[in-house]
Amino acid sequence: MSIMGTRVVRVEDPAFLTRGARYTDDLDLVGALHLTLVRSPLAHARIEAIDVGEARSAPGVVGVFTGADVDLEPALLFGGANEKMVRAFLAKDVVRFVGEPVAAVLTEEAYQGQDAADLVEVDYDPLPVVIDLKAAATDEVLLFPEAGTNTSNGFDHEKDLDPNLFDGCEVVVTRELVNQRLAASPLETRAAAAEWGEDGRVTLWCSTQNAQDTRSEVAGWLGIDAEQVRVIAPDVGGGFGAKIGADPEFALVAWLAKQVGLPVRWSETRSENMTGMVQGRAQLQTVAIGGDRDGTVRAYRIDVLQDAGAYPRLGAVLPMFTRMMAPAVYDIERVESRARVLVTNTTSVAAYRGAGRPEATAAIERAMDLFAAEIGMDPAEVRRRNLLRPDQFPLTTKGGAPYDSGEYEKALDKVLDAVGYADLRAEQAARRERGDAVQIGIGVSVFVEITGGGAFKESAAVEVHPDGAVTVLTGTSPHGQGHATAWAMLASEHLDIPVEKITVKHGDTDLIPRGSGTMGSRSLQTGGVAVYQAAGELVEVAKQRAADLLEANVDDLVVEQGAVVVRGTDTAVSLADLAEREKLRVDTRFDSGAPTFPFGAHVAVALVDVESGKAVIDKIVTIDDAGPVLNPLIAEGQRHGGIAQGIAQALLEEVVYDEDGNPVTATFADYGIPSAAELPSFTLLDMATPTHLNPLGVKGIGEAGTIGATPAAQSAVIDALAHLGVRHIDMPLTPLRVWEAIEAARSAGGSRIEGAK
Amino acid sequence: MIPVGFTYERPDTLDAALALLAEHGDDAKVLAGGHSLLPVMKLRLAAPELLIDIGRLDELRYSRVDGDQLAIGAGTRHHDLATSDVVAAEAPLLGAVARTVGDPQVRHRGTLGGSLAHADPASDLPAAVLALGGSIVMRGPRGERQVPVEEFFTGLFSTALEPDELVVEIRVPRTGSAGWAYEKFTRRANDWAIVAVAVVDGRVGMVNMGSTALRASATEAALASGASIPDAAALADQDTDPPSDLAATPAYRRHLARVLTRRALTTAAEAG
Amino acid sequence: MKVEITVNGASTSADVEPRLLLAHYLRDVLGLKATNVGCDTTSCGACTVLLDGESVKSCTLLTAQADGGEVITLEGLSPDGAELHPMAAAFRAEHGLQCGFCTPGMVMAAVGLLSENPKPTEREVREGLEGNLCRCTGYHNIVRAVIAASGQDPDEVQGAAIHRVTDAGGVEAAAGFSSGDSAGGGE
Repeated sequence: MSIMGTRVVRVEDPAFLTRGARYTDDLDLVGALHLTLVRSPLAHARIEAIDVGEARSAPGVVGVFTGADVDLEPALLFGGANEKMVRAFLAKDVVRFVGEPVAAVLTEEAYQGQDAADLVEVDYDPLPVVIDLKAAATDEVLLFPEAGTNTSNGFDHEKDLDPNLFDGCEVVVTRELVNQRLAASPLETRAAAAEWGEDGRVTLWCSTQNAQDTRSEVAGWLGIDAEQVRVIAPDVGGGFGAKIGADPEFALVAWLAKQVGLPVRWSETRSENMTGMVQGRAQLQTVAIGGDRDGTVRAYRIDVLQDAGAYPRLGAVLPMFTRMMAPAVYDIERVESRARVLVTNTTSVAAYRGAGRPEATAAIERAMDLFAAEIGMDPAEVRRRNLLRPDQFPLTTKGGAPYDSGEYEKALDKVLDAVGYADLRAEQAARRERGDAVQIGIGVSVFVEITGGGAFKESAAVEVHPDGAVTVLTGTSPHGQGHATAWAMLASEHLDIPVEKITVKHGDTDLIPRGSGTMGSRSLQTGGVAVYQAAGELVEVAKQRAADLLEANVDDLVVEQGAVVVRGTDTAVSLADLAEREKLRVDTRFDSGAPTFPFGAHVAVALVDVESGKAVIDKIVTIDDAGPVLNPLIAEGQRHGGIAQGIAQALLEEVVYDEDGNPVTATFADYGIPSAAELPSFTLLDMATPTHLNPLGVKGIGEAGTIGATPAAQSAVIDALAHLGVRHIDMPLTPLRVWEAIEAARSAGGSRIEGAK
Repeated sequence: MIPVGFTYERPDTLDAALALLAEHGDDAKVLAGGHSLLPVMKLRLAAPELLIDIGRLDELRYSRVDGDQLAIGAGTRHHDLATSDVVAAEAPLLGAVARTVGDPQVRHRGTLGGSLAHADPASDLPAAVLALGGSIVMRGPRGERQVPVEEFFTGLFSTALEPDELVVEIRVPRTGSAGWAYEKFTRRANDWAIVAVAVVDGRVGMVNMGSTALRASATEAALASGASIPDAAALADQDTDPPSDLAATPAYRRHLARVLTRRALTTAAEAG
Repeated sequence: MKVEITVNGASTSADVEPRLLLAHYLRDVLGLKATNVGCDTTSCGACTVLLDGESVKSCTLLTAQADGGEVITLEGLSPDGAELHPMAAAFRAEHGLQCGFCTPGMVMAAVGLLSENPKPTEREVREGLEGNLCRCTGYHNIVRAVIAASGQDPDEVQGAAIHRVTDAGGVEAAAGFSSGDSAGGGE
């Protein structure tokens, strides 16, 4: 019986639920020193002097290091960025964001660390600070004078916009939108530990989403061969894109370990994490949408300013994906975009669940709603009239994306039907008529997203052991996605050996030298397929050997319950026995060659107390179609997590800096990450449209929920206020913003709220 | 994350605690529930040299009827208040408000006395006690004294407590049959109130509308002279000085104070 | 200073700094690594354990405050490791964990919740876990797990309206409108 598509509970869980998982900070490292970092309290300043004398003689201190001590070349953290915008491993002359590491203190005990760090005295000479993107674009205050500009890079950013783009459009709406900066906030902060061996190699344990990439990055920063570095990713407590690759701190940990000849370990506090770990989104978008009063959209433009933070990282390339996905699910004649990436005195920006694509979807969905409001048409209907049709697939879009498959209108119809759209509109009308204090709003989003993580090749190895157990080696790097279970299912499908006997290993570069990790929703469509392929190839090898052994025809052989059997007879040899005779292992590599395009539709229902401004999402009905579902339990979990983050962006979260560059939301008490009390339960509908790009027909599910939920939630709240004259509110739609929007619309002549006494 | 080092004493009796406090003065801090003090110490915003742990003094943990008042020991946990039959019968507002403080884990440790002594204008219980009226009983080397709750909160994080005194008991009128309500407006369930309003027996206490918990005196006066609830509630923000922060502007807080007061008074009136 | 604490049924004792947080006593002195530290503002609850039967955040307790007390951590719920405690079993069955970092604290908080409210509604579960943050699951399956562990059917209890309109014109919501909690009464 096929195991594909069944709700297999996770093999990881018994350990996780008894002794707990083993994260980097849990590792036993005998004799390891503890690293505490001294970080800049200023957003932009010259370092005049650092006095470490008192710190050096504090209890338990083994060493104190500053930028002057670190003999590593400052690194360009993203290849496509302006090459002058490099980051030192400990700031040498200038600090450029609050939280930038300035000194490193090594102590014998963890508790001694902050005591010693507090004794380091740094003399700062403050410099002017630039936080605002438009201000950064003027180049008045430069972060890197030697670069002469705050523009790191861009995508057609110097080209002039087409003044005729909207010719012939009866209606044009233009709006500036904020896709706000977010903090990924995995529950496990960053951690790393390093130990050099007598053989001159360093073992680096770290909380990362890709051990192999981390290895090459760290080796490069240390100026040594990748061969000399072994990276091990223990259990990782969430990543969401922010743990893609290596952080400079990882190289620092390794370098320090070399200096002192002892293992060094580091585990940051949450407050450090909220300024030290890369953040997400942070785009200022100008959108313009034009079309006719019958609902046809003829032209769309998105002009992006991307905040890179102080030191450009992966965020510097994300607008490329925003541009690629700009037209989203719509068939629009003319689409134009450009993007400029700017540095500011803030934390670096990189990937966060969706990484460039939520920004594209949120922008065009908002534009669609604004257009619908302008022409007085139902927003679901406007979308319907402009969707790409199934018979148009596969196609290359106006954004340059090769869409593989999609049934957008079907997804829209299903969610509208499931939520009872017509009834909701009727209830909305009734509440407006009565002037209820609590209004409802309905937000619709239809979306498509690009998955594959830009890394379409992946390795896998499957080996059957003489005792009948199986080991799978994968180049993916799960941190909650359940690959140990899912890849075991894929191997089990071919080998017919139960998942309990299949162990999946990942994240150790000595064991698995090649791999691209887990990001961009790539894992199943590359790594999973590779496992499936490897297991299938192993079965072929086994059959050949069995054919010889059993003197049977290969075509008469099948695999049942872990054995190769002559069909319809008792004649068989177990895979374990075959392995006993000769090692039974297949290594394979799969290349899907191209990204896939999952899609879906969300409808969110908001309840908004128009007296107080408080909004909640009461219900959300979703389709996230990523093709056939291998394990519905795990896939649903991915959707849930994405939807929660999507709603949270719309209503709750924002990283805020004041004008001096001080982070204002740098703890979990201040940053709006939701608890269970802020969210409803979610309604998930099933739809599975396969892709032709891999034998399993699967796409990537990890980020779709986030991409669909954010605009649906934002739209729902604004929709609840539409009758009051509110057209737009930037995210997050906090009670303050909602109330101010209502007040502004009221004084601009919106309708009076009846019933509010 | 890790506090600056300190010495620690856990006296067995209240008198022993007071003696330590008298001896060490400003170098010492009292540790009861620790959920206001320890978070601040972990961020190294405070670094007392000595902690005097009174969290285990059972003599401070009780709720009992005493004449026409309800007497509550200062060491009573929020969870105790939230689940106490006596409190539910005699001063249900207090139990309901205690139920909203922080989260369950915090409520298992935080104490009423600690919350009042800390006097954060953004916390719930000072406003509830202010609305209930009554008095705070303090003890020190000079003996025991009672202060009406209206005189207890003197400023931002400041109370009538002398440095060598402890809050030992809170006494509130028994208002079990009077209508009451608590309206707490937050962004997230676990957050500090942006604004909150406690109402009982025609008295209105407000959270986060100034440097201390405040009474909505203008509202109370209007109600007493027969004004309608909406008209009285419209005066709730008079003589307040609401703070400005990421969650709210002063204008928004004033608006919320009026809305929440109206809602709380309406609920209380319908029930009473 | 010397402390003696019963942890997962076993007597433990050590000489510790007064400032040693209970979370670190458990992790570093006793080597019980399941309890995790996820924040420094008492917000996330990953460090939740039971102290004398009540859920507490072990990062906001001094080891000294637990002296003489009884602590139970995740490791103590399923002591022989082979059979899962009913709450842990429910988390597994409902896929209430992904990366696992919040899980030990979440499970302990849920055990504490059911000890005080044996048959909670969905809203009561969500509010009861307001002190525990999870970034992976979106809480949907955690809610199911706790409902299932309480002996109720998640399919029946979950998804029921968690927002109610009150007569005063506010909405009594899990997240709150006019109130994080809106409560009132009298005779």
